Amino acid sequence: MSYQNPPTTPRKSATFDDYTLSEIRRAAQTGIYDIRGAGAKRKVPHFDDLLFLGASMSRYPLEGYREKCSTTVTLGTRFAKKPIELKIPITIAGMSFGSLSANAKEALGRGATIAGTSTTTGDGGMTPEERGQSEKLVYQYLPSRYGMNPDDLRKADAIEVVVGQGAKPGGGGMLLGQKISDRVAEMRTLPKGIDQRSACRHPDWTGPDDLEIKILELREITDWEKPIYIKVGGARPYYDVALAVKAGADVVVVDGMQGGTAATQEVFIEHVGQPTLACIRPAVQALQDLGMHRKVQLIVSGGIRNGADCAKALALGADAVSIGTAALVALGDNDPALESEYEKLNTVAGAYDDWHEGRDPAGITTQDPELAKRLDPVRAGRRLANYLKVMTLELQTIARAAGHNHVHNLEPEDLCALTIEAAAMARVPLAGTSWIPGQGGL
Amino acid sequence: MRSIDLTKTPLRELNASLHEQKDGTNETEWEVLNPRGQHAIAVGLDAPVTVTVRGSVGYYVAGMNKHATVIVEGSAGPGAAENMMSGKVIVRGDASQYAGATGRGGLLVIEGNASSRCGISMKGIDIVVKGNIGHMSAFMAQSGSLVVLGNAGDALGDSIYEARLYVRGSVKSLGADCIEKEMRPEHHEALAALLAKAGVTDVKTSEFKRYGSARKLYTFNIDNADAY
Repeated sequence: MSYQNPPTTPRKSATFDDYTLSEIRRAAQTGIYDIRGAGAKRKVPHFDDLLFLGASMSRYPLEGYREKCSTTVTLGTRFAKKPIELKIPITIAGMSFGSLSANAKEALGRGATIAGTSTTTGDGGMTPEERGQSEKLVYQYLPSRYGMNPDDLRKADAIEVVVGQGAKPGGGGMLLGQKISDRVAEMRTLPKGIDQRSACRHPDWTGPDDLEIKILELREITDWEKPIYIKVGGARPYYDVALAVKAGADVVVVDGMQGGTAATQEVFIEHVGQPTLACIRPAVQALQDLGMHRKVQLIVSGGIRNGADCAKALALGADAVSIGTAALVALGDNDPALESEYEKLNTVAGAYDDWHEGRDPAGITTQDPELAKRLDPVRAGRRLANYLKVMTLELQTIARAAGHNHVHNLEPEDLCALTIEAAAMARVPLAGTSWIPGQGGL
Repeated sequence: MRSIDLTKTPLRELNASLHEQKDGTNETEWEVLNPRGQHAIAVGLDAPVTVTVRGSVGYYVAGMNKHATVIVEGSAGPGAAENMMSGKVIVRGDASQYAGATGRGGLLVIEGNASSRCGISMKGIDIVVKGNIGHMSAFMAQSGSLVVLGNAGDALGDSIYEARLYVRGSVKSLGADCIEKEMRPEHHEALAALLAKAGVTDVKTSEFKRYGSARKLYTFNIDNADAY
């Protein structure tokens, strides 16, 4: 009688999982760190870990479709002569021409304009297509200053001084040679086809005291008309926001680690910065401690996907949210209809993030004229507008259910948390308890 | 000549009056008295006017200048003529750090010394410094020319792209990917034109060395990792 040992089920390491192993092999083979687009993909505490309580005995709801639930937001009420009035508290985040095609930038402008909100330039200057199609355009003032000029500054409706972004707080931009077309090279005053590394730090100021003087200069150049935003990555939100207020911001944008980028080292995206959920309460606390909550507006971004996320961010104290990745998906990014083409790029729809390679089959994150032609800016703009309107209806649905006639009346008391982590970060009670971890008491 | 005394007139009023000037204005001569180190003097100009500032200024004098000539009869704080598009800015004294940062056109002349990061990220501006320049000057310089009659500090032209650097004196050290390059006839010609524009007549182009990009960091290579 033959005897065999009972087989042991092959067991893979939780530490050395398939992804980790593939990364070690890839690094060994290529000698380069992994560069990719989008934001953190790891699971982190997020808005899904919060729930709204809804109306009950102590609060009555508003009637959907009949009772008004306003969504307007005014940004830049502190110093600017011409604050920005938006119909909805959802803006389009900064994304560069260079990382995106001109058609994609135009589509973002069209969609935002139909929905009554603003869009934002990026690390590559302002294109006429974008300005022409964007009723409200925020002009980013970045460390690289590519394409920076006073005429575009004066054409903008607001100026956003970018100190950092959630995907890479402390990192500069990257645009690899494949995407430096003639037009992109000319706008950035760079040779065609080189790997371009944007500076991570502004060339002519360091620290909040300098920034205060820089903002004075920008205001003087634009005759104090434009709201000035300061955008920070989710690093030290309490102090960053307090210092942004001190430096003279009209609006502060806080971008958590799920916020996307066109191209950055994977190690940076996944290991630097805090989750969006962890950034909001410290940011709001800073504004409250300075007596500036609702006077300096707070925009939160990084992983906002639907009206519920927006409602939760507003309930925690934000004045508006901003979307980037979600807007690209609305335009057509990562669409399963293109699955066969994603397969050719060794990926699948939903996971495609090699935006820096410029081979996007959806024609969005590319400078290849043939691929870029695939995106019809009018149709894509309409898709974005539809999506923004759905988000707004979702936001209103929740606000009405909580009994609020303006979405800014949402408050932390409308929320509970599903996990201890989310309860601690959002500073709302764990569901079924009155316990807010870190706030003392049980 | 319009004369504005900054001890009596707020900065806002000065800049607003200057912004009202358009091409073809007949108010072409301005002087600013008692600047006393104020920041953002004569910024965002967009007309062919001449503004003479009688004294020293703070940060960002003549920032984003277009078409105008701005003369500082004193020293300038950080970021003089930052992101200048065209026109001319002359600093009679010394300039602090980041002079001419990200400038895209026009001519900046510093008659004294310039501090660190002179011409950082320059994108087409021409800068002539009659004295010395500090460390990390022309960092990531993309386009335009930086002419230095004196010496340059550490790490000149670090990560430089296509800007041209001409230094008459010593260079303490060169930054990553910056090398000395041959002065060919076209460089002597271009340098002579720059010196003439800046009113420098007593030096010869043969006294200068030229520096620029080795172009070795233009595409990523793991074996250059020490330089990144």
